Amino acid sequence: MKRFLAAAALALLPGFGFSETPCCATGDLGLIIERATGSLLVVDRSDRAAIGRVEGLGDLSHASMTYSPDERFAYVFGRDGGLTKVDMLTHEIVARTIQAGNSIGGAISDDGKLVAVSNYTPGGVKVFDADTLALVADIPAPGKTIGLADLPGRRFIWAVWDSGEAYLGDFSGAEPVITNLGHIGKNPFDAVVTDDAHTYLIGLFGEKGVTAIDLWDDTPKPTRFLNDYGKDKEDMPVYKMPHLQGWAFTEGQFVLPAVGQYDLLWVNRETLEQVATTPVHGQPVFIIAQPASPYVWVNFATPRNGVVQVVDSRTHQVVKTLEPGKAVLHMEFAPRGAEVWVSVRDENKIVIYDTRTFEKKAEIAAQAPSGIFFTARAHQPGL
Amino acid sequence: MRDILAPLILAALCLPQPATAEIGKDRATELEHMVIQDCGSCHGLTMRGGLGSPLTPAALDGADPDALASIILDGVPDTAMPPWRPLLTEEEALWIAIYLLNREQD
Repeated sequence: MKRFLAAAALALLPGFGFSETPCCATGDLGLIIERATGSLLVVDRSDRAAIGRVEGLGDLSHASMTYSPDERFAYVFGRDGGLTKVDMLTHEIVARTIQAGNSIGGAISDDGKLVAVSNYTPGGVKVFDADTLALVADIPAPGKTIGLADLPGRRFIWAVWDSGEAYLGDFSGAEPVITNLGHIGKNPFDAVVTDDAHTYLIGLFGEKGVTAIDLWDDTPKPTRFLNDYGKDKEDMPVYKMPHLQGWAFTEGQFVLPAVGQYDLLWVNRETLEQVATTPVHGQPVFIIAQPASPYVWVNFATPRNGVVQVVDSRTHQVVKTLEPGKAVLHMEFAPRGAEVWVSVRDENKIVIYDTRTFEKKAEIAAQAPSGIFFTARAHQPGL
Repeated sequence: MRDILAPLILAALCLPQPATAEIGKDRATELEHMVIQDCGSCHGLTMRGGLGSPLTPAALDGADPDALASIILDGVPDTAMPPWRPLLTEEEALWIAIYLLNREQD
């Protein structure tokens, strides 16, 4: 009886037992960077609607973000070195630190405990406690760090634009262990970890080629490939650096943006041999695989940035060309691929397409929108 | 009084001749948008730098507008700065140089 009473008393205490009406959920929410105004638009993916705005995030040109494992919080990496933690439910800033003079992106550890930021000025990687944003580690670098990504086991990987080296940081122990993975090539501009966390792919600006590092190897080391793409053609000016976070991995291939060419390059994932080239509308910026499909979607650098193309990874042919509007900066798919959200900066809107019919489903007003980030990213390694 | 004025007058005399570039109002609006949004991709929306150098008036430190215009038009070899000549006239590049030198810092 005594035991029964104790249990009953416990159940009456707040915080015990199960709530009958859970307050809310964040699984189909997202944030859109409004780059010029330093704000974030909070969106509901299912309702195809904006539901709030968070302001006061500073210079958000080239901003990106990552989500906590419970999808409750977003960590936003601003150009001006600001790291901001945003509550997806209350639409409020819960923590913010100006942690460097100039930064470019970040990542969250696989266990959600650490947030790492990639900095340009001063160059290096800083690691923060995900709860409090207190500084945990400060790893200087001999230049601007790029391509920061998480790896399983509380590890991060990054590269340095100026010195052309890649580093692996293990933060699972009491003290971080940093390993120099060697020379990867001249001026790496961005890098990405494949969806299976097998390969770190690094794009080079200073020379032709792409570098791969096998992360499943006990002693990972750089391997060069695609050394001679576009050698028969003169390079065109690159008015916007390609972004590799969206590099697509599909049909046993990597599909990569040719730097200085209006081409997509298809590479066999196993052999790293080029298998095909797809001429496209302009200098590719993002190449993103549509989930649960053979298709990749591509947008382009200014001034040819009013167009999005869809390419079939089996035939390497362009199957659709869309014109969402002036200055398309980013695309984000619904996690199961049914819709794509496209940001159209100079028309201050997001356009939503059905990926099967290419029909426009909705438009949402946004101020000079750039990156679109759905909370489902919380569960994808490398994002 | 004279002691105060003399250095001021001297300073005024030493100022470089203000460079000008004749650009229509609509095009000027487009160019300003391009500087903030497209140049801003590398140099930062507030021009405090990124992959590209800072381009604030303080960072440019009174650089020669014609020299800046030629960098804009022809780029900087072995860096990520592309030549914008295919997209801009010489007048427009000079307009951007003067705009950058005289921007109010926010």
